[in-house]
Amino acid sequence: MLEIKSLSVSIEDKQILDNLSLTVNAGEVAAIMGPNGSGKSTLAYVLAGKPAYEVRAGEILLDGENLLELKPTERALRGLFLAFQYPTEIPGVAAMTFLKAALNAQRRARGENDLTTPDFMRRVREAAQALKIDQEMLRRPLNVGFSGGEKKRFEVLQMALLAPRVGVLDETDSGLDIDALRIVAEGVNALRDPKRAFLVITHYQRLLDYIRPDVVHVMARGRIVATGGPELALELERNGYRDYAEEAA
Amino acid sequence: MTVHVVNPSAAERTLARQFAERERREPSAARAAAFTRFAAVGLPTRRVEAWHYTDLRASMAEAAPILASPTPADIQVARRRLTGRERFARGPQVVLLGGCFIAELSDPLPAGVSITERVAEITVDDPLAALNEALSASAWTISVARGAKLAEPITLLHLGDGASSYSVYSRIGIALDAGAQASFVEIFEGAHRGAQRNTATILRLGDGARAMHVAVVDDDPGLHVETQICELARSAEFTAFGLVSGGELTRRQIFVRIAGVEAKASLGGLALIDGVRRADTTLQVVHAAPGGKSREFYRAIVDDDAVGVFQGKIIVEQAAQKTDGAMKSQAILLSPRAQMNEKPELEIFADDVVCGHGATVASLDPEQVFYLQSRGIANSDAKAMLLEAFGGECIDRIEDKSLVDPLRARLAAWLEARKAKP
Repeated sequence: MLEIKSLSVSIEDKQILDNLSLTVNAGEVAAIMGPNGSGKSTLAYVLAGKPAYEVRAGEILLDGENLLELKPTERALRGLFLAFQYPTEIPGVAAMTFLKAALNAQRRARGENDLTTPDFMRRVREAAQALKIDQEMLRRPLNVGFSGGEKKRFEVLQMALLAPRVGVLDETDSGLDIDALRIVAEGVNALRDPKRAFLVITHYQRLLDYIRPDVVHVMARGRIVATGGPELALELERNGYRDYAEEAA
Repeated sequence: MTVHVVNPSAAERTLARQFAERERREPSAARAAAFTRFAAVGLPTRRVEAWHYTDLRASMAEAAPILASPTPADIQVARRRLTGRERFARGPQVVLLGGCFIAELSDPLPAGVSITERVAEITVDDPLAALNEALSASAWTISVARGAKLAEPITLLHLGDGASSYSVYSRIGIALDAGAQASFVEIFEGAHRGAQRNTATILRLGDGARAMHVAVVDDDPGLHVETQICELARSAEFTAFGLVSGGELTRRQIFVRIAGVEAKASLGGLALIDGVRRADTTLQVVHAAPGGKSREFYRAIVDDDAVGVFQGKIIVEQAAQKTDGAMKSQAILLSPRAQMNEKPELEIFADDVVCGHGATVASLDPEQVFYLQSRGIANSDAKAMLLEAFGGECIDRIEDKSLVDPLRARLAAWLEARKAKP
């Protein structure tokens, strides 16, 4: 479903991703673990099409279509969703206004009508309840004054409403206390579907106790250096990344 | 003011002729003195400090013929234009044609409010304000009686003329007696590129009076020069907002004088500038009495080859101890050729004051654009959303919420038109 082929990426002439290849199948949850600076967040941003990264080689195929030829908006419309590690604060745009704009943009792209306001409100209310998001928060400007945990929950709320083909979670566990982590993980688990794939990027094994991965990849120095089952995450938790960091060097 | 005597330009020669003509019909020592003040400087160039970024002498090739007083036929045409026209604000409307108050097109005013043909004096030193005094057809003053509190704003509608090329000079006084409360919305409508407009609004607020003034320049004159003067007595409060979304060259110059103790002024505005348009907002806030408070908050969105100017000067005189002043100006540039000139200034002669200013010029934050795009929102929609937020935040500071919606609608319309451009 999502195939990353020999991807090399640099930013300001510094190579971050080095000939990285990775496949995520439909219905699968793939975890990517790795030390700081291994290129995990770069991979997430390049998937979503953030400017300023220079893709030097490789392809990213979503259902056979090369995402690298598409703008960020088009990638989202094809079903790619990035849950940001640091969601951007946007003063002056109410969270609700933003949600409606995003939802309707995606509906229009599929040739569907805009949601009616009651229908939209109902969907948001249901999704927000599941994630224990206060209605009051949704009236605030987008991500402004949200706590770290609120921002992450709001990312998952968006993902739930937009129902993407591929969800990329960039360190969604960082900054979450254990209760919030459980809520967020339940939110993601509820979206697991045979037709949907997830790429879960994390430092720590902890998140994977709640979101059970099918595959675990270890990333170091811009490439995948090991792939295994969920047991690989446990091994990393015990031994750290040192072995892999050296292996990649 | 520095005087540079140079050969008069074509426009200046025409203005002198127009004034002489005026004098022949209706001589007035006050007008003659005003024209002398104008002529000493002429149309300002970059060398006149307050006009440094708007070289009017260079951009005003010629002075258009002064629009004659409206005839009954003109009034009939205006009446038809007003029929079915959607109003900007609730409340009574006063209509001005060619700078003249037209009673038969205007609504009755509420109790405690009167409109009389009375000259409001121009008390500032500026060549275009002097020119307004010398050439305005007639001067009207709206008075609000002591203690009167108006429930709805009064709209002053300056209706442009269909003539291809004309100039219009208008002057309105607004006087609030002690304790009076009133809001005014001044709408400039219907002028085309051939129009040159010089308008002045002079507000005097008595002890404890509260006034709000909203100006909307949404039509498309070749030149719009607007002088706003506000003098505040003890504990008076003045709130002003200006939206500029049209006009080839607009200059809003606002002179506020805090003359009584503990008076407050809060000024704001939003300029939406595109194409090759130029929009200049120049403020002078003088704190002449102790305990005054002033706030200035201006924003601009500058696109294409447009040029924006914000000049704000806060002067705190020696007597004005315990003054609290803060001025902020922010602009977003949407094109590599767009320009914004910002000049905030403080001149403080008192020693116990809190005053500050800040000015920023930036482009849209690419992180914010990317975040919206990553949710499937098109680039142009994402930008419009961010610009609507930027402009909207400035509009939302207006306390009268019934005026927020129509102002936001103008902003949305401007952004929509921008999206439609190739």
